[in-house]
Amino acid sequence: MGELAKKMEFQRPELVRISDVIWDLLPDFKHGMRVPARIIATRKLIDAMDLQVYDQIANVATLPGIQKYAYCMPDGHSGYGFPIGGVAAFDVNEGGVISPGGIGFDINCGMRLVLTNLTYEQVKPELRTLVDRLFRSVPAGVGSRGFVRLSHNEFRDEVAMDGAHWAVRSGFGWLEDLERTELQGRAGWADSAKISPRSVERGFNQIGTLGSGNHYLEIQRVKPENIFNKELAAKWGLFPEQIVIMFHCGSRGFGHQVASDYLELFLSVMEAKYGIKILDRELACAPFYSPEGQAYFKAMGCAVNMSFANRQVILHRIREVFADVFNKTPEELGMHMVFDIAHNRGTFEKHEVDGKVKELIVHRKGATGSYHPGREEIPEIYRDDGSPVIIGGSMETGSYLLVGGPNAKETFCSTAHGSGRTMSRTKAKHMVNGRELIRKLEASGIYVRTASYPGAAEEAGFAYKNIDDVVEAAALAGISMPVAKLVPLGNVKG
Amino acid sequence: MRYRFLEDIAIADVAFEAEGKTLTELFLNAALALTNTMAKDLNSVEQKVVKNIQLEADNAETLLYGFLQELVFYKDAELLLFSRYDIDIREEKGKWRIQANIHGEELNQEKHQLVADVKAVSLHNFKVLKTAEGWRAEVILDV
Repeated sequence: MGELAKKMEFQRPELVRISDVIWDLLPDFKHGMRVPARIIATRKLIDAMDLQVYDQIANVATLPGIQKYAYCMPDGHSGYGFPIGGVAAFDVNEGGVISPGGIGFDINCGMRLVLTNLTYEQVKPELRTLVDRLFRSVPAGVGSRGFVRLSHNEFRDEVAMDGAHWAVRSGFGWLEDLERTELQGRAGWADSAKISPRSVERGFNQIGTLGSGNHYLEIQRVKPENIFNKELAAKWGLFPEQIVIMFHCGSRGFGHQVASDYLELFLSVMEAKYGIKILDRELACAPFYSPEGQAYFKAMGCAVNMSFANRQVILHRIREVFADVFNKTPEELGMHMVFDIAHNRGTFEKHEVDGKVKELIVHRKGATGSYHPGREEIPEIYRDDGSPVIIGGSMETGSYLLVGGPNAKETFCSTAHGSGRTMSRTKAKHMVNGRELIRKLEASGIYVRTASYPGAAEEAGFAYKNIDDVVEAAALAGISMPVAKLVPLGNVKG
Repeated sequence: MRYRFLEDIAIADVAFEAEGKTLTELFLNAALALTNTMAKDLNSVEQKVVKNIQLEADNAETLLYGFLQELVFYKDAELLLFSRYDIDIREEKGKWRIQANIHGEELNQEKHQLVADVKAVSLHNFKVLKTAEGWRAEVILDV
């Protein structure tokens, strides 16, 4: 048995119960922890959480400049470096660091939710046609290529710098889409002088593609019993028996390469130049205000832009498909966006810490921004409501639309991002056959088209925590409150 | 084929162990494991295109990391998967060098039964170890 297998022999450390959904891991758990770790979860989720999470979140707590707590969201599970579901904020004016591993390889991976004015009864007869057409229009799977043809320079100067703005001015979307996207669809801090030719080569052909793994595009139904906040649902354009579209994808090979490039760079300078010692190479970091830290921040901004552009082009393709199938314009079909929000990003934000407003670089790795009403990060149209939050479930269980809760400031305005895996991909694949799974889903009313049957097996519902439990924990903690649950009818899986 | 996928190590990702009597064999097996993560049927990958890879590193570990990252790069940049790896590794004065000709073809969803898109080779617990029998590597891939 190798070293990796031995790593599994963890024991659950002692946690201090602060409330039904707040658990603290104190700094004496591990040498070097600067702050405690705080896990947001119900007892049930704590019991189901894999034990490496505690070790990894404790490692995060050792990083320079960390404020308050190293947080783990209710869907937390082990990754490397940060756990998935990890949130950490570093004071940039006190030597706080930025870490590519605290943001993830799929930079600005996120969710987009789009409305229609169609009802379940109207869409039901066309469901297979829609899913089959979407499967062709939005390429999914390994190494897929999009329909947009750009030169390396166009990718560098326009996509990487302007994000969704590039897409909209190129005819892929509506102006109003931008105001319904986080950061208005553009990371203003991006600088394409900081990205490598390799990263451009890996990504310039992939605009408008989903990718693989847990990335998907779904046609979903708003069941009347699944609307929890009637007032807000109506205000945001949701109604009973409505059909909506949700999709999940990121910055593709470009973002992955940006992350790898800077992980390698940080490893080479971190200890020699900045004297920072870390407990896992994937925690490689550098002070935010260092040449390397700034370069990564600006390159990461380019990947943020790529992902906004990617999702904007995908939205355009979805509108085309619906317009064609229903013989109406996307405007006539009411295909407005609700929101586009990411769950893998480092964002420069101001938060109050011990009564003082501090400038922080907030890392969210598999954690969604969830802002309480009034925060400047929230687009104006939603600012009085709180930010819309989209949490995606497995392809069997459904997803949620939520709103930033009253206690969001307790977690640096962060919440969960999905169900959270409980079982490895390799194991899930051994437990179920992809074709069989998809036949079963179809029998239960969910029509799936997948680029890969084994890939679909990895995403089986039993490999995940119950999303209702995750949302319940977030709501009990008051960090994000459910507006509606959206259940899948059709799914294009990467 | 001397590699195996590990079930309970990386919950969201893919972990494997590879072995080899020599470093060359280890690199070959690790490359096959990575390719097998993306394509279920390795035998279906024909050898129509050749790419040459030359890398240098301070140790065997960094060299393997760099080599595997090259394969991830070609998957996106040129949509290539490889099934034959002619590898030559040398150590001289503390520098490790690889010279490899890798043979493959453009990826195809149906033909190769593609599974997971490898985003990156993770450095978390990434190891190359000298053992009594030869060499062993432990790798986690971000998918």
